[in-house]
Amino acid sequence: MTHTTYVIASYGVAAITILGLILSIYFGGRRRQRDLARLEASGIRRRSASAVQPPEGAAK
Amino acid sequence: MSEQSLAIRRISDLANPTRFLALAGRILPWLSGLTVLLFAIGLYLSFTTEGDYQQGETVRIMYIHVPSAWLSMMCYTVMAISALGTLVWRHPLADVSARAAAPIGAVFTFLALVTGSLWGKPMWGTWWVWDARLTSVFVLFLMYLGLIALNRAFEDPGRAARVSAILILVGFVNIPIIKFSVEWWNTLHQPASVMRMDGPAIDAEFLRPLLVMAGAFTLLFFTLHIAAMRNEIWDRRMMAMRRQAARLAGNGQSKPQELAEGRGEAR
Repeated sequence: MTHTTYVIASYGVAAITILGLILSIYFGGRRRQRDLARLEASGIRRRSASAVQPPEGAAK
Repeated sequence: MSEQSLAIRRISDLANPTRFLALAGRILPWLSGLTVLLFAIGLYLSFTTEGDYQQGETVRIMYIHVPSAWLSMMCYTVMAISALGTLVWRHPLADVSARAAAPIGAVFTFLALVTGSLWGKPMWGTWWVWDARLTSVFVLFLMYLGLIALNRAFEDPGRAARVSAILILVGFVNIPIIKFSVEWWNTLHQPASVMRMDGPAIDAEFLRPLLVMAGAFTLLFFTLHIAAMRNEIWDRRMMAMRRQAARLAGNGQSKPQELAEGRGEAR
């Protein structure tokens, strides 16, 4: 293996690993937002949230 | 209101997860943009500067290996501060921070080990040696994996928080061992060449891209950490909502919204 091969392998592993981490956090966030919206749409509220929930149509 | 009490008020405001979510939403696009910009500059410098007269092209591995190694230790330090926040101040976001940082720290430690191995083979003639620096970083990697496993073993994150915090603080002893291992023991790994009492021993030609890449990696860490903390807060909210729904279902109520609106919890 030449020195260039070691350099390319290092940058390749770093790029794949970091990209994987970024994507897992990004898509994990998207999935959670979707699930939260679904739970809220089904009428479930956190107890603390329901205590401060403004009446429907109230200005935010 | 005095300046000191204003500062305390601002810090305690951040303890509120809802405020943190709002702040994260505002700050993340800017942090992401800055990270991309710094990476673009860093990568350009990494591949346009000259190779070393002894190491040749392999010196370019340093620009990702060294920042990964620094971050592996910085991430654990952030976790240790968060663990203190959990145990001493019971800060609501401290455990969220430690839990979110562990997988990120594991990834950077993995990268430090792999790129170090890929640099070691052409320079030392071996992929791996069990010397003090390499072994202590490998132990750090195992500690990250152990903490991730521990956090996942508990269904309720609140119960895992204290055990995890104590383990993090006990494991922090490894950080100075990693840092000073190259001075305390005879290792194949070279001693520090940037963070030295007498200043960096590395030529400016190599120091410039290294520092820019270190800045890019650090910004990447904070961007990912804030995003992962936000995910963790959303997870806990969903858990609380599902518990609330189960409680209502257990009480024989079929319309959770009506009941939820009538049962406020002062929090």
